[in-house]
Amino acid sequence: MLNATDKRLLEEIADLHSIPQGAFNIRKNGQGVERNTTVNIDIITKKDKPGIDIIIKPGTKGESVHIPVILSEGMDDLVYNTFEVGAGADVLIVAGCGIHNSGSKKAQHDGIHEFFVRKGARMKYVEKHYGEGDGKGERVLNPKTIIEVEEDAVAELEMIQIKGVDRTVRDTEVRLHKNARLVVSERLLTYLDQTAESNITVEMIGDDATAQVVSRSVAQGTSKQLFHLNLRGYAKCRGHIQCDSIIMHDARVASIPEISAYHSQAELIHEAAIGKIASEQLIKLMSLGLTEKEAEDTILQGFLK
Amino acid sequence: MLELKDVSLTLVGDKGQVEVLKEINLTLKNKKIYVMTGPNGGGKSSIGKTIMGIFRPTAGQILLDGMDITQKEIYERAHLGIGYAFQQPPRFKGIKVRQILELSSGKNQTENLCDLLYDVGLCAQNYLDRELNASFSGGELKRIEIATVLARDLKVAIFDEPEAGIDLWSIQRLTETFVNLREKYDMTIVIISHQERIIKLADQIILVAEGRISGITSQEKILEDIRQLDSDCRCRKDCIGGGLKNAKCDR
Ligand SMILES: Nc1ncnc2c1ncn2[C@@H]1O[C@H](COP(=O)(O)OP(=O)(O)OP(=O)(O)O)[C@@H](O)[C@H]1O
Ligand SMILES: [Mg+2]
Repeated sequence: MLNATDKRLLEEIADLHSIPQGAFNIRKNGQGVERNTTVNIDIITKKDKPGIDIIIKPGTKGESVHIPVILSEGMDDLVYNTFEVGAGADVLIVAGCGIHNSGSKKAQHDGIHEFFVRKGARMKYVEKHYGEGDGKGERVLNPKTIIEVEEDAVAELEMIQIKGVDRTVRDTEVRLHKNARLVVSERLLTYLDQTAESNITVEMIGDDATAQVVSRSVAQGTSKQLFHLNLRGYAKCRGHIQCDSIIMHDARVASIPEISAYHSQAELIHEAAIGKIASEQLIKLMSLGLTEKEAEDTILQGFLK
Repeated sequence: MLELKDVSLTLVGDKGQVEVLKEINLTLKNKKIYVMTGPNGGGKSSIGKTIMGIFRPTAGQILLDGMDITQKEIYERAHLGIGYAFQQPPRFKGIKVRQILELSSGKNQTENLCDLLYDVGLCAQNYLDRELNASFSGGELKRIEIATVLARDLKVAIFDEPEAGIDLWSIQRLTETFVNLREKYDMTIVIISHQERIIKLADQIILVAEGRISGITSQEKILEDIRQLDSDCRCRKDCIGGGLKNAKCDR
């Protein structure tokens, strides 16, 4: 079922060298191709629309779920996935979409992921997007992520997209209840004439909720990036957004901050910076023997790590 | 041996062109420590950066062991064995101390890296896997900077105010490191400094003021001059006349 290209895509998006351990569901060109469930993690196909329900039993510790999606031809794929992370569970969820488009038709994947991180649970969610193929067909990815983080629960999101995807609009909405914690790290690199838009809205509705969003991006070529990071504090809470972009060549970057407090004890910080690679950093590395190109690559690699 | 012949440097600043260096002539030999000192803004860092290739001279020549390197790029000079520890080193997001030291030394044995950090008075365990980012204190950053130059196999090593921000205990360790460098390797060491402890290491003192070499002297002479200044006037510390004998004041 899975050919060499598929396997390479899986490796890129899910660090998978073979069929993963634990629970998984591999979706290829709009069809489920392989699935595994465990005693604690069930995966059920939705009846009313395309997609799956992933149900993690309360108290499940140290298990992982992989749900990669691969597209190897021009097509429109739309999927709804729902994740139920039971109270007190501690799990890793790895999603991601790899597109190999060598034809001239557009390949598009729109995923809507909804998460319920129940009381006291911890979830780390890793999402990697990767596109390849030298066809003229565009590679388009529009992920929408909605997360409800209940009391004392922790959600950690890692969202990575390096080159390869031509058009992307990513929407992320998070609600944090009492003493819930959110850590987001977003990494984005666009080049050629790619466009990327990231909208993240975090609502802190419970006391002592905390949110930390770190977004780093590099824009090269004539690509365009738009960030709209939005924090709303409705309770005694703390939130910090850090949005940092390196701009190169003829790229465009817009970073639109928004922080709103609806409570006198909400503490919200937004930091945004756009700039070229600092010349002192380049000069320092060149003085250690690196060429300008090598110095640049070293700095960008570190920045996006 | 490194030679600067009639090196001049004009830079374009906010207020137009500035003649930063004017016909600098210097010969720096192997196995010697030169301490470069002089008033702020005199041109010391600019000399260091011109040797490293960060500034390209407007006129004159730079020779390394007789080879003209005036037109060489920064990284080419690095490969030829020139190193410069910055007065104000940059920080890097996402680059660890380990990585920058590996880039510097071209080696990656943890053992070597530990020795390096020890030489600048830092505990390797606490620092190797830390990112060289904004969380570093000024003194810590400065010591890592020095280590990146110590890591390399150099003919000419320039340290720009290595003592700045470094505590007294670590300065002792650092001065020993400089002396070891001179003894062990066939290196030319240039230290830009205002510190008596460092001046005492010098085989020769190079005075730089207003973009020129204003004198080449010995540590005894310079330390004596400073003592003289101190005894000339009690108010020297507060004096805008620089505490000179002939300063116009009501003393
Ligand atoms: N990039 C630059 N553009 C314009 N002027 C510069 C530049 N760098 C240095 N200068 C000027 O050149 C002069 C010499 O500066 P330099 O940094 O070499 O002095 P310094 O002797 O190292 O001083 P300090 O003891 O304060 O470190 C100063 O007047 C400075 O303002
Ligand atoms: Mg200086």
